[in-house]
Amino acid sequence: MTDPTEPTGTPQPPISIQSEQAPEGMGGSGRRRQLSPEEVAVMEEKVRKVELAISLVLRIGVVLSVAVIAAGLGLMFAHHAAYLPIRGNFSYQELTAKSTPFPHSFAALGHAIAHGEGRGIVVLGVLILILTPILRVAVGVLSFIYEKDPPMALVTLYVLVVLVASFFLAGG
Amino acid sequence: MTPLDFVISLALISVAAGVLGSLIGLGGGVVIVPVLTLLYHVDIRLAIGASIVSVIATSSGAAAAYVRERMTNLRAGMFLEIATTTGAVSGAYLTTLLPTRFLFVFFGLVLGYSSFATFRRRHADAPLTVSNDRIANYFNLHGSYFDQAEQREIPYKVVGTTPGLALMYVAGLVSALLGIGSGALKVPAMDSAMHLPMKVSSATSNFMIGVTAAASAGVYFARGQIDPIIAAPVAAGVLLGATFGARVLGRVTSKTVRLVFVVVLVVISLEMLQKGIFS
Repeated sequence: MTDPTEPTGTPQPPISIQSEQAPEGMGGSGRRRQLSPEEVAVMEEKVRKVELAISLVLRIGVVLSVAVIAAGLGLMFAHHAAYLPIRGNFSYQELTAKSTPFPHSFAALGHAIAHGEGRGIVVLGVLILILTPILRVAVGVLSFIYEKDPPMALVTLYVLVVLVASFFLAGG
Repeated sequence: MTPLDFVISLALISVAAGVLGSLIGLGGGVVIVPVLTLLYHVDIRLAIGASIVSVIATSSGAAAAYVRERMTNLRAGMFLEIATTTGAVSGAYLTTLLPTRFLFVFFGLVLGYSSFATFRRRHADAPLTVSNDRIANYFNLHGSYFDQAEQREIPYKVVGTTPGLALMYVAGLVSALLGIGSGALKVPAMDSAMHLPMKVSSATSNFMIGVTAAASAGVYFARGQIDPIIAAPVAAGVLLGATFGARVLGRVTSKTVRLVFVVVLVVISLEMLQKGIFS
């Protein structure tokens, strides 16, 4: 993993935030106020920091979930000799049928992991994967607060609240 | 076919799904659902659960690179997530109410329209230099990216945030209903309605689909639609594929990305219509 604070890519020229070509009376609608080139540069620096923080969170989540899923898959096959042969009588369809039991509540998941069941470990890895985008939204909220950008902080906070609420609604 | 064959073959298909999905911003779901239902005869509801996992894997795997390389429009993506997450939460509760056949037909029509809308813009993808969109200006959603294929920095302006938000709500709804197709609507929404460059649309869609899928993933987990033996090879394969795929997008031209996107949409649209009408 590379150092997240190290800037990558080519330095970008400042974006013209408000275009000069905008027709009189129409251009710049909704603009909070005119930004000077220095302020634009500062803003781009801030966006860059948020980008690097988010990229790092995604990287960590991805590596962690793959490691846990791989370990769980290994355990699944280690515990069930019938799964292993290339030409066996045991069909995958028994494991993908509607009636196949696998952990799908937090209580059952905890139980499965405590017993060292591969299925439980895989589900844990999948949950880490599912939580990664939620964590990256949370990091977005914190970054925008830290970079003093209240409108974007509110936007990301709303998204975070909906995501967290969706999990509680799912559990209820 | 034994479980080992199943895991290995599905993981290999998932790598391909990850490469394709990360390139055109669709999420691996477009490949995973048909493969699981048509090839492995897995129940559609478990296939949708696996697809949600693959969408999150594509998104996180590719977005880590796209965000670092400034291909993603971070602010526009995060802003539009307001609509996608709200849509996803509403959709997750409708999915058990609707019959599978109806879902296939509906999805086929949605994708057919998406591909048409995107194809129509193939000669008109010069980025905008002026925007009078109040919302885009207030939140400063405009951006700039370095195009490796053209070897130059491309600044662009964003318009049409209102239709963009509406389409994103539908994208979230469809994603939750089908576990697939959220990117299929997101890319045309950003490309046609909001005039983002095609490659930025793809990278930003990639960034957003993970959050859309995560909003309904909790519901799928609780309902027992995420089967570990399906989810494990899908997640691992797609993550690997998406990491490779993310290196490709910078180098190919916008037009190539657009045409690949259109072709994939047409194929899957027909596949789904056939499944819904004749099965």
